[in-house]
Amino acid sequence: MVITEKEKAEMLSQLAATNVSHCIQCGRCSANCPVAWKMDVLPHRMVYALLNGEADTLLEANSPWKCLSCFACAQRCPKGVSPAAIMEAVRLTAIRSQGGNKLNPNELENYNDKLPQQALVAAFRKYNK
Amino acid sequence: MIYNYYPGCTLSTKAKELDEAARKCAEALGFPLVELPEWQCCGAVYPMASDAIAERLSAVRALAAARENGGVLVTLCSACHHVIKRVNYDMANNKDIQQRVNNYLGLEVPYTGETKVLHYLEVLRDVVGFDNLKAKVVKPLQGRQIGAYYGCLLLRPGQVMSFDDVERPEILENFIKAIGATPVIYDMRNECCAGYMAVTDKSICKQMVGEIQDSAANAGAGEFITACPLCAYNLLENAGATKLPVSYFTEVLAEALGLNEGGAD
Ligand code: SF4
Ligand code: SF4
Repeated sequence: MVITEKEKAEMLSQLAATNVSHCIQCGRCSANCPVAWKMDVLPHRMVYALLNGEADTLLEANSPWKCLSCFACAQRCPKGVSPAAIMEAVRLTAIRSQGGNKLNPNELENYNDKLPQQALVAAFRKYNK
Repeated sequence: MIYNYYPGCTLSTKAKELDEAARKCAEALGFPLVELPEWQCCGAVYPMASDAIAERLSAVRALAAARENGGVLVTLCSACHHVIKRVNYDMANNKDIQQRVNNYLGLEVPYTGETKVLHYLEVLRDVVGFDNLKAKVVKPLQGRQIGAYYGCLLLRPGQVMSFDDVERPEILENFIKAIGATPVIYDMRNECCAGYMAVTDKSICKQMVGEIQDSAANAGAGEFITACPLCAYNLLENAGATKLPVSYFTEVLAEALGLNEGGAD
């Protein structure tokens, strides 16, 4: 079954469950995002892409994998939009598909032994299914 | 009131100091913590997608257990607090999540968000009261310039966490005053430490922690306090040239209450 880009965008919208049509593209989310400097598609552009049904732009962006889920964007958006929820929807769409895991546990063998469990649990929740 | 307590995975291992100091101080301040007889890891990150049901179950199990034992659940780790408080909000306000979680758990009485989730700091502020706390301090931390590091999870989203003013919080500063030290306000106190990037991209942690450390040091802080083991880890392990020491707020509380054997540590 071939899924069109439009259908993919609809699925992403449902998962994100945030009202992108309220966005006024003010860019405050991106201005407040502490990792915008690492992202190829800035948070406000992620919102714009979803609004326009550009699922491939969203799914190919590195942004969701750099996002910290710190909720600065959603908290400070003047229109109640949550770019953080779009990042999560893209991550879930990727990792829920077969072979979609992003984090190889074998690569973590030499992690700092002070690293709290919480960090590992969080990373595996965000990057793997 | 019974103070059911959810320690979470990290406080039983890598952040024992946070937990042990909290228990002693709670005892001394008249709100002994009663650890839930059974609990599971909260999952560390809030499951944002509304179809993520399995990811919400451990929080709901803890919440339902607390409901059966007086209805209050005290948390300490910022991440546990964030997850449990938000899942509780979902259980009270999102009918779809509420129904699907309950279908799964099959509790005798469905859980619909009845438990009151309190962060330890909220107990200090709202039950003990900072004035009463101040009166119980035997070793005021005079002369200590402490930067409160809130990070992101305790405060946001403000509407759900309703912990304090989301951009201009003061609970930790008032706590610092109560134990006799001087709070230092700095710009980055409620910005993220880069969290789980400690596992996947340390360059982000280094950049952000550098900004937080410099911001606090430039404002005159000599040390940080935090409620989150991952914040504590990042602030120390991913610091650059500026590296202020970090303690858990319960450790400085124990110090001020004179509960550290052998005095200062
Ligand atoms: S802050 Fe809100 S309204 Fe402004 S660009 Fe971002 S999502 Fe759109
Ligand atoms: S939640 Fe993600 S996108 Fe939003 S401000 Fe934080 S890091 Fe940036």
